[in-house]
Amino acid sequence: MNHIAPGAQAGVYRYDEIDRQFVAERVEQFRAQVARRLSGELTEEEFKPLRLMNGLYLQLHAYMLRIAVPYGVMTSKQLRKLAEIGRKYDKGYGHFTTRQNLQFNWIKLEETPEILNELAEVDMHALQTSGNCVRNVTTDQFVGAARDEIVDGRVYAEILRQWTTLHPEFTYLPRKFKIAIMGAESDRAALRTHDVGVLAKRNEAGEPGFTFYVGGGLGRSPFVGKLIREWVAEEDFVAYLEAVLRVYNQYGRRDNIYKARIKILVHELGQEKFTAEVEEEFARLRGPKYRLDPELVAEIRKRFGAPAFETLPTVSDSFEKAKAQNAAFARWVGVNVAEHKAPGYAIATISLKPAGGIPGDATSEQMELVADLAERYSFGEIRVSHAQNLVLAHVRQDDLFTVWQALEANGLGTPNAGLIGDIIACPGLDYCALANARSIPLAQDISARFADPVRQQAIGELGIKISGCINACGHHHVGHIGILGVDKKGEEFYQITVGGDPTLTTAIGDILGPAITADETVDAIEAIVEVYLATRSDGERFLDTLKRIGHGPFKERVYAAH
Amino acid sequence: MALKAITANRLRDGTVVFLGANSTWVEQLADAALFEGAEADAPLAAAKAQAEGEQFGVDVYAFDVTVADGEILPVKARERIRALGPSVRTDLGKQAAA
Amino acid sequence: MPLIKDGRIVEDGWTTVADGEAVPADRPAIISFERWQAERDGFAGRNAALGVRVKSGTLAPAIAADLDRFALIAVEFPKFRDGRGFSTARELRERYGYRGEIRAVGHVIPDQYRFLVRTGFTSVEAPECTNEASWAHALTEITVAFQPSLDETQPVSLLRRRYGA
Repeated sequence: MNHIAPGAQAGVYRYDEIDRQFVAERVEQFRAQVARRLSGELTEEEFKPLRLMNGLYLQLHAYMLRIAVPYGVMTSKQLRKLAEIGRKYDKGYGHFTTRQNLQFNWIKLEETPEILNELAEVDMHALQTSGNCVRNVTTDQFVGAARDEIVDGRVYAEILRQWTTLHPEFTYLPRKFKIAIMGAESDRAALRTHDVGVLAKRNEAGEPGFTFYVGGGLGRSPFVGKLIREWVAEEDFVAYLEAVLRVYNQYGRRDNIYKARIKILVHELGQEKFTAEVEEEFARLRGPKYRLDPELVAEIRKRFGAPAFETLPTVSDSFEKAKAQNAAFARWVGVNVAEHKAPGYAIATISLKPAGGIPGDATSEQMELVADLAERYSFGEIRVSHAQNLVLAHVRQDDLFTVWQALEANGLGTPNAGLIGDIIACPGLDYCALANARSIPLAQDISARFADPVRQQAIGELGIKISGCINACGHHHVGHIGILGVDKKGEEFYQITVGGDPTLTTAIGDILGPAITADETVDAIEAIVEVYLATRSDGERFLDTLKRIGHGPFKERVYAAH
Repeated sequence: MALKAITANRLRDGTVVFLGANSTWVEQLADAALFEGAEADAPLAAAKAQAEGEQFGVDVYAFDVTVADGEILPVKARERIRALGPSVRTDLGKQAAA
Repeated sequence: MPLIKDGRIVEDGWTTVADGEAVPADRPAIISFERWQAERDGFAGRNAALGVRVKSGTLAPAIAADLDRFALIAVEFPKFRDGRGFSTARELRERYGYRGEIRAVGHVIPDQYRFLVRTGFTSVEAPECTNEASWAHALTEITVAFQPSLDETQPVSLLRRRYGA
């Protein structure tokens, strides 16, 4: 049995007394800030950035609390606490986001300090999940488990978490700042859509180093992150980021909220000038004060427990047998299970996208079930993916069938990871104060239309991403098919883009044609899929077919009826 | 002339509230006071001053409504959803209590 | 306006002089950076201390050459959310070795006080009727820091440590 001892938490950074004290102090600080707000000492204008830096938004129906799941990795104990908070302070469910965090939608301001206090009991918080500061760093949901991994990004993500926490210079930036880090061959973190995307790799001597992409971002003006440095040595990792942020803090625009992100600065200065500014600052900053000591890296690495993998045969007979006997299980394995670096283990993606369901939502009961499964079968560790799914990263192949059965029985066994039903969607106008149109109902209609798992698998890799406004929380720009909700005289309309790509070959999708209604959009997706299926050559992905034949045939079919 | 109602989110819990009769805040749109166009300006200014001055509410504003068969209906989808709750979870929000 | 230093309201020995008004020759005075640029020669031979007030868009390199002329630099925050001043102060200290007083003026709130101190500010001009206790409290509520900063004299490691530890 790989049943682990209670309290064990493979792969999750272990807090010590100083970490705990810090989070506790932050809770008390926020408690005092809430009290000052309620007493009128702080105006709403002054309080807003303070609450945002504790993850608290005011949305349509109530406050929304965005809880940090640092780089998307948490323990079963932590997930259980989230389930409990959902039940006690919210309405029994939560929403996993594209930034690997969890949001509760029905929070009361006056209860927030207590919620934060409860989170602190399990070494969690909501710090810097919003506000114009450096946000929760995201990474590959398969980190530390993927077969194609070169550098484990968690250690560096944790270094960034610490370094950016209450950074005295960079807490009132021109705008929010998102960093993603990846250390594998395939980009599963959409690096070049971030303000800073860091690709961790190794040189010939095996030493870790980093490639920096800066100035990526979606939203009103989408930009693909530009390569500004091919190699930053490990010891310079923090110094280099400090230089990037200092240039941004000083020169980023503050006169127009829509032009305040670093992507605009990079664009307006030009890549060359921006890079020169950073290099100049870096040359000054580099030195003992900012040197990332290898001992410190080793110290932090030690705080991540490594799963105690058993020595297993590469092929599990019982697993092969189960696949042969159960087609539904075999399909789920084919779609939702990825290769693990350790022989005999596998990575299982738990889809939070049932046909007709709300993408990314999970009930407290579902969270508890996943926590149970993680504890029994995956070293007590769970990941949140930027595609709004959950991941059990270290499951023995022998256990996959049991895990799948349990998932299946609780609405969590949908075999659609990476397929057309695995839709990324922001909360949209059903919850969000910024949205122009609803995202969720459209995602529900599309996933219901393509509910048949056999058909989904036949269509293959196809990512639909839906945003309810131009802020692009649903990453529509980089969806293979992207959908943007717009408001036309109070009515909801949707604009379709095609050809977006979130991986290192990042591409922003092109608008297919005029915006259409929600019902028409579902039909349009069907039409696009039909054209693709009819024209694709063997093994050709949607993106490849699109590249080969262009938009014309798709556009023609979609707008044929208009 | 468009009819208007006045709304805010209650500071302490974020709940959507509407300005009712006698300048008191109510939780249901059905109990909201309605104003003819520019007639909303003065009560809106007063409501803002009161809500902010007493730390009662934030984001105070007026929005367009119509009345059909005695029922107050917001013109925009956003306000309909605020008045009712999420359209994808009809078991939650004000629509659930109603 | 009350001046905050070390978490307390203290006497302000400086006078801020509006552009166009006479600068007192016998006591410390703060003038605008624009005035300094226009009238710098007129301050040659001045005995009393001189301070300069810079707008948030005026970054450290712009005043670097003249730092030895100023006993005080007042960095303006037009809105508390405009955080350029944190970089300005830090650059004045770290890059240019400025040792005089750096004062935050304009709109800052007690919740930023620790950041101000950590980036090299020595004093803060607070609004009238400010709650002195909130400023004092701001210096004690968080005792852990994750970055090197300018308020500590002991050797630091790059990341986490306790204040005063």
